[in-house]
Amino acid sequence: MVSVCFYFQVHQPFRMRRYPIFDIGKKRNYFDDEKNIEVLRKVARKCYLPANSLMLDLLERHPGFRISYSLSGVFIEQCEKWAPEVLESFRKLVDTGRVEILSETYYHSLAYLFSKDEFKEQVLLHRKKIEEVFGVTPRVFRNTELIYNNEIANYIEGMGFKGIIAEGWDPILGWKSANFVYRPKTTRNIRLLLKNYRLSDDIAFRFSNRGWAEWPLTTDKFCQWVNRYNGSGECINLFMDYETIGEHQWEDTGIFDFLRHLPGELLKHPDNSFKTPSELIDTHEAKDEIDCHHMISWADIERDLSAWLGNRIQQSSANRLYSLEKDIKNSGDQQLLDDWRKLQTSDHFYYMCTKWFNDGDVHKYFNPYDSPYDSFMNFMNVMNDIVIRLKSGTKTASGEAAAGEVKGDDMGKAL
Amino acid sequence: MFGWEFPPFKSGGLGTACYDLTKGLSNQGVNVTFVMPVAPEGANAQFVKLVGANNFSKNVKLRKISSVLTPYQSFSSYSEALSKVRASSNYTTSKDKVYGNNLYEEVYRYSIAAADIAEEEEFDVIHVHDWMTYRAGINAKAASGKPLVAHIHATEFDRTGGNPNQIISHMEYQGLRAADVVIANSNFTKQNVIKHYSIDPDKIKVVHWGIDPENPYYGINHKSPFDDEKIVLFLGRITIQKGPDYFVEAANNVLKYVPNTKFVVAGSGDMFERMINRADELGILNNFIFTGFLKGADVHKAFQMADLYVMPSVSEPFGLVALESLKNGTPILISKQSGVSEVVNHALKVDFWDVAEMTNKIVNVLKYPELHSELKENSFREVQGFNLDEPARKTREIYEQAIIIKR
Repeated sequence: MVSVCFYFQVHQPFRMRRYPIFDIGKKRNYFDDEKNIEVLRKVARKCYLPANSLMLDLLERHPGFRISYSLSGVFIEQCEKWAPEVLESFRKLVDTGRVEILSETYYHSLAYLFSKDEFKEQVLLHRKKIEEVFGVTPRVFRNTELIYNNEIANYIEGMGFKGIIAEGWDPILGWKSANFVYRPKTTRNIRLLLKNYRLSDDIAFRFSNRGWAEWPLTTDKFCQWVNRYNGSGECINLFMDYETIGEHQWEDTGIFDFLRHLPGELLKHPDNSFKTPSELIDTHEAKDEIDCHHMISWADIERDLSAWLGNRIQQSSANRLYSLEKDIKNSGDQQLLDDWRKLQTSDHFYYMCTKWFNDGDVHKYFNPYDSPYDSFMNFMNVMNDIVIRLKSGTKTASGEAAAGEVKGDDMGKAL
Repeated sequence: MFGWEFPPFKSGGLGTACYDLTKGLSNQGVNVTFVMPVAPEGANAQFVKLVGANNFSKNVKLRKISSVLTPYQSFSSYSEALSKVRASSNYTTSKDKVYGNNLYEEVYRYSIAAADIAEEEEFDVIHVHDWMTYRAGINAKAASGKPLVAHIHATEFDRTGGNPNQIISHMEYQGLRAADVVIANSNFTKQNVIKHYSIDPDKIKVVHWGIDPENPYYGINHKSPFDDEKIVLFLGRITIQKGPDYFVEAANNVLKYVPNTKFVVAGSGDMFERMINRADELGILNNFIFTGFLKGADVHKAFQMADLYVMPSVSEPFGLVALESLKNGTPILISKQSGVSEVVNHALKVDFWDVAEMTNKIVNVLKYPELHSELKENSFREVQGFNLDEPARKTREIYEQAIIIKR
């Protein structure tokens, strides 16, 4: 008996506009609406809409088909503003009752690493949003970029979640297989679902790679690989970015056809099934416990935090950002709080990654800046404006620029 | 190879480029007969001293042609040099030194002498560097029937900020047309050659420049005399090509944010006075230090003292000096209108005209030590990947192709 569990990550950051030093103290619009609309609509056209329509079709044709999504709060917010039809198509999927929505931080942030209070607030904000939009309450948590260790699992269990998701990374598995349900060490009962990164990456990264020995990847071939686990595994967790479908792997690679035939082909084998994360948790006891002290993630070959916090400019900008937490929250300025939180989205730190020369290629591809240094400078300029807003207190809470010119050296004093 | 005299006597990158290439080729086992114009003693500060020549293996043979030519010469600076030579005592006593009355005549005279050398020497390929030697190359090709490789380090359009001297650009055109292969030092230069001279793109090969990893000055680690003041450096000829006016405007803006910054200007050129006047006009002359033309260890000390090197060139075919800065551990802010920006990732880049963005970047580097150190460390590591062997290896390959094409 082997169950395939699909989880797709759906996220778009609020990208910042070019914010030069001269704008500090003068301009409050940090985000590049034009660019964000353009990206959202482009990805909606290439991925979200056609992929959702395919998934709905598959759910109608195969009663046994199941999928799950995690949608970041900032993604939902952008859809509400600029692409309500995308949100509507997700709603239709959830309404089938066979699509699970997972929990995450509203701002797709690294908050857990800096402030547990902030982390908790963002998880609750996200839960509230999901309840409003989809009328369901998430039971399984996935942290930003699958950042995970024992302590996070423990904390998440304390918040009442039944399950948590992580990378099935060999160093934490040892001789164990990712294809079972586990319990994280130090927790009582929460279940751990681990990504089968080989099979997931066959779809997410290698699917269109003509240099790959297994290219082209057909549905038949993939099902044979899954079937091989029959008898030696309970679940095959295929976790990936939703944008894989149609955006990273373009339509002409055959990705849509591959997925269209996958459920039918897999379900031909009577021992195979599809399950959502919650179903896996409800139907399987923990096979064993998994001990993971270090922070792991699903990114890059290192599977660590280095993509977001690997260098000085990343660490310093993140530390400076979170050091404002108390003052921001005490200010009572909701707009300021929201702007500050949007700066927490992990993508902003990803853009500052300087590991260019190996897996840095991927970073470069998704980076709206010419260089990680440019990204840092833009970020710091915006943060300096936030500091000025903080200092000028409630009198500027209206959103108008502070009265009078802010001289350059005020910026020097700001940080 | 028709090239130019070697460092430390140089007024720009061309001498260094010739020296480095010859050194690299010699390591590749290529025999080089190096022909260069040598001004008579007493002519000016540019007379040749073959300081570097002992470093070459015996593959390199030097031949000198007595001439007043120097790189980056203009018609007026040639006349100046010529009058000095004529005034010197050697000149009146020597019979064979009959220099051209103007730059054009001298280039012509040089090219005639080149043809004689081409008949005397044994070689497979003729390699020429920039327009003043192109006519020599054309004559040598006619005399020997050997393939001509025209190296272009800068076009007349780069040097003049888009207002070329017609005679020079015509000679540049003739040389590029006559060449069997053109070597451009960047894609930026290649595009300029295609745009201005309609040269067949397939004939133009790009060889990005490298840097000599052996240099005794890199390790000096000269410290800035200022405690709290950051140093932003401009180093290069103070001519329209190098964008000195953008540097002054950016400095003026930067001082509004980081008031105690020092701007060091190392170099000389025809815009020197204008630069000083503008800084004075803006009331920021106190924040400027003008060093004049630097050479040898002083160049490296200037880099080592600086927190940031800014190269705001309007049109920089390559920009070897940016690599020199990185070798000395100083991060760089370079214009996107440069060849070096094609090959260095860990650098700040800006359009030369975008003074606002230049300011933004300079201020951020001065304000955030984490940015400075991240840039410094990564770019220092990156520049270790540059050497002389790679460009020499590519040049050797081009020679081999040129020989085949010519057959």
